[in-house]
Amino acid sequence: MSKRGVADYIRETQVWKSIFRHGPPTNARNRAAVVAGNVFLHLHPIKLKKSGVQLGYTWCMGGLSFFVFLALTVTGLLLMFYYRPTAEYAYNDIIALKEHVPLGIMREIHRWGAHAMVITVWLHMFRVFMTGSYKPPREFNWGVGVILLVLTLLLSFTGYLLPWDQLAIWAITVGANMAKATPFLGHGGPGAALAQIGDFVMVSDKNDVRFQLLAGRFVGEPALLRFYILHCVFIPLVVATLIAVHFWRIRKDGGISAPL
Amino acid sequence: MKELINIIADPIFSFPIVTTLFVLMMKYYRIVGTKKFGIGALLTAIPVATWLCLDPNFRKIILWPDNIPINIIIILIAWLTWYSLYRAALNDNRLDEGLGPWEGLPENREKVWVWPNLVYTELMCIIGCTVFLVVWAIIFKAPLEEPANPTWAPNPAKAPWYFLGLQEMLVYFDPWMAGVVLPGIIVVGLIAIPYIDTNPKGNGYYTIAERPLAMWGFLFGWFVLWQYLIIVGTFLRGPNWTYYGPFEYWDFHKVVAEYNVNLSEFFWIKWLNRPMPANMFVREFFGILITIGYLFILPPAIARMKWGKKIIANVGQIRYYITIFLIIGMASLPIKMVLRWLFSLKYIIALPELELNL
Repeated sequence: MSKRGVADYIRETQVWKSIFRHGPPTNARNRAAVVAGNVFLHLHPIKLKKSGVQLGYTWCMGGLSFFVFLALTVTGLLLMFYYRPTAEYAYNDIIALKEHVPLGIMREIHRWGAHAMVITVWLHMFRVFMTGSYKPPREFNWGVGVILLVLTLLLSFTGYLLPWDQLAIWAITVGANMAKATPFLGHGGPGAALAQIGDFVMVSDKNDVRFQLLAGRFVGEPALLRFYILHCVFIPLVVATLIAVHFWRIRKDGGISAPL
Repeated sequence: MKELINIIADPIFSFPIVTTLFVLMMKYYRIVGTKKFGIGALLTAIPVATWLCLDPNFRKIILWPDNIPINIIIILIAWLTWYSLYRAALNDNRLDEGLGPWEGLPENREKVWVWPNLVYTELMCIIGCTVFLVVWAIIFKAPLEEPANPTWAPNPAKAPWYFLGLQEMLVYFDPWMAGVVLPGIIVVGLIAIPYIDTNPKGNGYYTIAERPLAMWGFLFGWFVLWQYLIIVGTFLRGPNWTYYGPFEYWDFHKVVAEYNVNLSEFFWIKWLNRPMPANMFVREFFGILITIGYLFILPPAIARMKWGKKIIANVGQIRYYITIFLIIGMASLPIKMVLRWLFSLKYIIALPELELNL
């Protein structure tokens, strides 16, 4: 017992034992317990095929997408302390953030992280396609993944408006004008002119999809609030839910794909 | 040299070049996917990239902070594409010899503990990613332009880079197609892939030889119609969405003579030498006929051919029609591009009265 170090002492305290209910993960029993007993690690199986660990097979792009999503959630929460989504304050709050927070890089990490997430999600899809991993029994999970990809783009797109600078409103204007052209549902789209009963125009610039998106006919303050809520609350909730489904189905469909 | 590159980077030339390169890459993937080729390509790319970056106009556009992600994704895609081809070539050579895929070898199927194997890999990836993001954030400040001003539009007004493929499609299609219908086809088509690709081979390992149709179809869309168009939309489109070469200064006064003609004008004025009919449906009947033929007569016609019969025998009627609609939807973009370049064709159907221009 002469070799007992501080680490061994800590491991035997009541506090440590109350948090980690198993010994050090050096034997099979404890390695199983550490994964199964931890709410975060239990997303994983206890054992998996070696090819599922190899970076050459997975590229770790799915895992990194999730990690970047978490990083964006944390930095986004921090940014919310400094930011008010009104035409009066939005731009000035960003300026203030720049000037009052010395060496601050939270907005940078949030912005580049958003781009990084688009990249990792695309590359994840690319890898899954190249290894044919969408094939049965994983068809449904591929569909969930496609929806997550679209939501990632929408998250990034809605966030683009929040700095309320020239880049923001004109990029969103370009996007919103595409919504105006939706067939039947946008007032500038094909078929909208047909939706008319007598003098009553059913699809106009006061009620079409662009109006619903922007809460107005142009990118103004109501659009800023709408995008803020979509960006900070609504889409993240949907994404988090679908991520849970996505991970659950990976496990239920037999884990990371491998030759049958 | 720079003059030449400025000319051939124009989509009129670069689109066929990129398509040809794609075909060569897919056809000779066993050569592309060798280590020798990979190292050779890397050793060529480094001096070329250095030389490109010496040009001030080129540097200006690629170092614009919001364009950095595209530079990163181009590098990553180039590398990972080569790597996938390398792994696919490895497996396909093994399959030729009657051996199973490399991923199926007993030593790769062997089960390992998640702790510490997977947890360690994940931790390293997370640390690497964090370092990368922090360094990126320190070097490049997040852009912030002038405050929003609804009365003054910047020129060009560009969407975020990942939507520039769609914005680039606006050159060839009206917004209802480029912004709504085609993206819709992309999303629905992606979700449909596992249900229409009934080929049981190639599940869980890299291969091209065992699933050629899926590979050619998907990768053409992914490389040529998505990534390439994003690159064009980002780097080669300047004020008024005019084409600018990679070494060209974005001169706001560059005037491009562009006169595009509708199919109905070709039909009535050029070919029949008559005035345009007053009734819009009569005026456009030729284009409408072509569109109906493309959408509703072409698929059953192919179904009757030997090639179509084979597919239907394999996957059934419903899967065949969904696949063929997705393919002709995807093909409509390159078809429209080529028609624009060859004949200055503007719209096949031009019904501005109904906002229906195709």
